[in-house]
Amino acid sequence: MHEVKVDNFQEEVLSSGIPVVVDFWAQWCGPCHMITPILEEVSKDFEGTVKFLKLNVDENQKIASDYGIMSIPALILFKEGKPVAQSIGVKGKDEIASFITSNI
Amino acid sequence: MKDAVIIGLGPAGITAALYLLRAKADILCFEKMVFGGQINLTDKIENYPGFPNGISGFELAQLFKKQLDEFSPQIISEKVLGVEKDKEGILTVKVSSSEFKTRSIIIATGAYPKRLNIKGEEVFTGRGVSYCAICDAMFFKDKIIAVIGGGNSAIEEAIYLSKFVKKIYLIHRRDRLRADKIFQERLKVLNNVEFVFSSTVEEIRGEKKVESILVNNLNAQTAKEIILDGVFIFAGYTPNTEFLKDFLQLDKGGYIITKENLITNVEGVFACGDVRSGSLKQVVSSCGEGAQTAVGCMKYVEKLKGTSYD
Repeated sequence: MHEVKVDNFQEEVLSSGIPVVVDFWAQWCGPCHMITPILEEVSKDFEGTVKFLKLNVDENQKIASDYGIMSIPALILFKEGKPVAQSIGVKGKDEIASFITSNI
Repeated sequence: MKDAVIIGLGPAGITAALYLLRAKADILCFEKMVFGGQINLTDKIENYPGFPNGISGFELAQLFKKQLDEFSPQIISEKVLGVEKDKEGILTVKVSSSEFKTRSIIIATGAYPKRLNIKGEEVFTGRGVSYCAICDAMFFKDKIIAVIGGGNSAIEEAIYLSKFVKKIYLIHRRDRLRADKIFQERLKVLNNVEFVFSSTVEEIRGEKKVESILVNNLNAQTAKEIILDGVFIFAGYTPNTEFLKDFLQLDKGGYIITKENLITNVEGVFACGDVRSGSLKQVVSSCGEGAQTAVGCMKYVEKLKGTSYD
């Protein structure tokens, strides 16, 4: 999964033509490391229809606080530049997939 | 058909898998979420022998994984929806996409932090309400928080959080803590923890995020509002047994009741670790229980196959 940063957040997320799932994470967060392989699995099922990106909350504190992130791992689903749904904590593959399908 | 299916790969399930794989059993494992389970949420494990300086739960899980990977275990990352047993004694494990036949099952599905089910808890989860100190402490730097609970996990997490936050209100419904003395001593020397005993949280309030809580003093029968930024809840656990409630005998908390050798009321089905009624809920004891079920399970399977040694 690619990393998104302050410099390309507008282009990659807010102006994206397809919905985007942003995974807010940090190096020190154990559970965040564990959700990565699950997300990679899920992303295969949505190839071409939903984009998956990671955002490091330490390096991009402004974005994390703009979206009210107070708990990680957190997934925010963006649709047409707007955050439409949020999922907190490590979830299984099925749960993440249904979080996405029920909100796109 | 498999010799055994293991549901849940926390310390108990991992150890059971290790023993069964070393015994050359044909097994299948299910883990719906994260290898290692709840230990991934623990900052430091100091009572698992062999690590004199303690080890982070995440690191220990990685070491467990490395050891198990030597045997190339078959792991399916799906949630088990149900378990059945037919007249011939064959067990079936169901997931959303398919089902698997097996001679025996080891249930090691663990538990998850209990919700208080109070007003504001769900809507503010991720907006000030947290169940994971190591995940979220950083977002509460120099803020005021409450920690709810009086057991080991609550006190361990409060000690960890005290390094980040300005102030902690430690709220517990009893008049003293249940946590181990070593944790209580470490907590006592901290100068940013205020104890709020004999009290329960009735409501979590705020607009977009947590702004205050309503606390009820059970002795004085008085309520007060505490202004704060975050609420960390460690008020016990709920076992992951929802999918088993029509299949196995559970205690009133939903934990699996076991007999000698950790057999459940259904022959061929074993339970170990946090999901088991009476379990100590420690990594070290869960590993021990995992080993015990694996040996019992192997004996059962050999008897079924007619390959018993004795």
